[in-house]
Amino acid sequence: MSAASANRDELVVRGLSAGYRRRPVLEGLDLPALRPGQVLSLVGPNAAGKSTMLRALAGLMPARGSVRLGDRELIGLSLAEHAKLITYMPQTLPSGVGLSVYETVLSALKASPAGAENWDADTIRRKASDVLARLDIGHLAMETLDQLSGGQRQLVSLAQSLVREPRVLLLDEPTSALDLRHQQDVMRLVREITDEGAMMAIIVLHDLALAAQWSDMIAVLHGGRIAACGAPEEAITPEMLAKVYGVAARVERCSQGRLIVMVDGSVD
Amino acid sequence: MSHASRHAIDLSLYDRIVRRRIIIVLALIAGMVLAFVADLMTGPANLALGDVLSALIDRSEVPAQLGVVVWDIRLPCAVMALLVGAALALSGAEMQTVLNNPLASPFTLGVSSAAAFGAALAIVVGLGIPGVPSSWIVSGNAFLFALGSVLLLQMMARLRGTNVETLVLFGIALVFSFNALVAILQFIASQEALQQLVFWSMGSLTRATWEKDAVLAVVIAVVLPWSLASSWQLTALRLGEDRARSFGVNVTRLRFASLLRVSLLAATAVAFVGTIGFVGLVGPHIARLLIGEDHRFFLPTAALSGALIMSLASVASKLIVPGVLLPAGIITSMIGVPVFLALIFSGRGRG
Repeated sequence: MSAASANRDELVVRGLSAGYRRRPVLEGLDLPALRPGQVLSLVGPNAAGKSTMLRALAGLMPARGSVRLGDRELIGLSLAEHAKLITYMPQTLPSGVGLSVYETVLSALKASPAGAENWDADTIRRKASDVLARLDIGHLAMETLDQLSGGQRQLVSLAQSLVREPRVLLLDEPTSALDLRHQQDVMRLVREITDEGAMMAIIVLHDLALAAQWSDMIAVLHGGRIAACGAPEEAITPEMLAKVYGVAARVERCSQGRLIVMVDGSVD
Repeated sequence: MSHASRHAIDLSLYDRIVRRRIIIVLALIAGMVLAFVADLMTGPANLALGDVLSALIDRSEVPAQLGVVVWDIRLPCAVMALLVGAALALSGAEMQTVLNNPLASPFTLGVSSAAAFGAALAIVVGLGIPGVPSSWIVSGNAFLFALGSVLLLQMMARLRGTNVETLVLFGIALVFSFNALVAILQFIASQEALQQLVFWSMGSLTRATWEKDAVLAVVIAVVLPWSLASSWQLTALRLGEDRARSFGVNVTRLRFASLLRVSLLAATAVAFVGTIGFVGLVGPHIARLLIGEDHRFFLPTAALSGALIMSLASVASKLIVPGVLLPAGIITSMIGVPVFLALIFSGRGRG
């Protein structure tokens, strides 16, 4: 990919501010440029502004500053225009809903005033069934949501987001309610699909090891600002963990070269 | 999507599900027709099926008295039963979706109470909208207040920072406020007015006329296609507000339009027949149990379920005490609860 074309598809966040009327949450935040095929994890303590950041990027709340995708400025776009480029996946899919998995995925395309404008009914049906097959949950297609396990529901949630073929996928704590196996499954799928090159992903995570394992870059949020940002080994350091999380910790590499974080106690 | 062929899903399964739903809808329509005919046959003088059918087919062929009973007395009420049931259940279905609350219905969120207050003002104080003919004063007032109560809900919805939980609480506050106001009017009412008011609030189909049928039919004919046009957006909203917005659904506008439809349906229905509570709550639940929440099917099925229950209630209101016509508002619950419970328990058994 040439520099020029990479530039054309980059997501660049500069001076992003967002929050509620009397309570600003994010102030003047910058993120390094993100290219298609890359995964950025947002980590940080509770109330650091991670979810606010994601919702601001998704156009779900008012924001100031600049979010450019290629040569398009996203701030100020309507929800419908945002929805063509970016899909936001909230933490969980509600459980007590009488919809089948297949209908859940269909609704992501059919509800949209913009997303499916050029797709006829057959294309939409095919895309829905393709994405279920891609995530290996085709056998669940006709099950209703209330019959699924938490892990299965999260895969359906992912399918619903991916079927829109967003340029940017925003995931809000996609692994928080999952067991280890499903945490790995969800992250592996996001990584694989991002690696195909058409999409980039920004993921809010609590688990630093998981973030380090699957991301190209990690941004650490603290009090509405970026406290550290870069490749996993640059962002996750004992100094950062002491300053941002208030814990005494060691960051080491395991026998396979992966980053591991060992927390020894809290810092006073 | 290179793996697509590996586990391609069998879409014929979905076609089968859709066919099953269409059969359920057809069965509901058939049940509705049967209940409707039974509704025409029952009354102070029970009519034979053959007489009712020949009077329906050609009024000039049957004795004048039979024609009057079927066409002028029973048909307006029987049609009203179907229309009111459909209108209330449809508005309940939309309310439950846009307020994300399975207990929401025109009755539980103050629409019926507001209508009762409007009716009470007309009956007890004689206060009405200027220019409205006296035979329409009670209905006119009930409509105005019912509409007003949903518009109040609307205003709350548009206030910044108001979430759906607050809206539901506000609706409940409306119920208690209007009930208190009605109680005040009952307290000062003359004996005659009090009796009229109590009877009004029990809900009765006997106030139906062809004009009122026509008005409600037009409202439903306008609202139902409008609802169906939003059915995918409503389906997406069931999966969460942020999720739907991220798909590009303008949830604020969707909720506004939906509550507008609710107010038209519920206000018109309640204005014509008085307080009929249960059908707006249970119609949607029956539809959900029968065919799920794909709103393309859910909304019409809710309307059909409501119409069926109301029609059955109308039949029962004439049969339970021979010779006495009980108010339909009372009977709705008596018919609806067993149907509802049966569905819940049979659903549990299958699941």
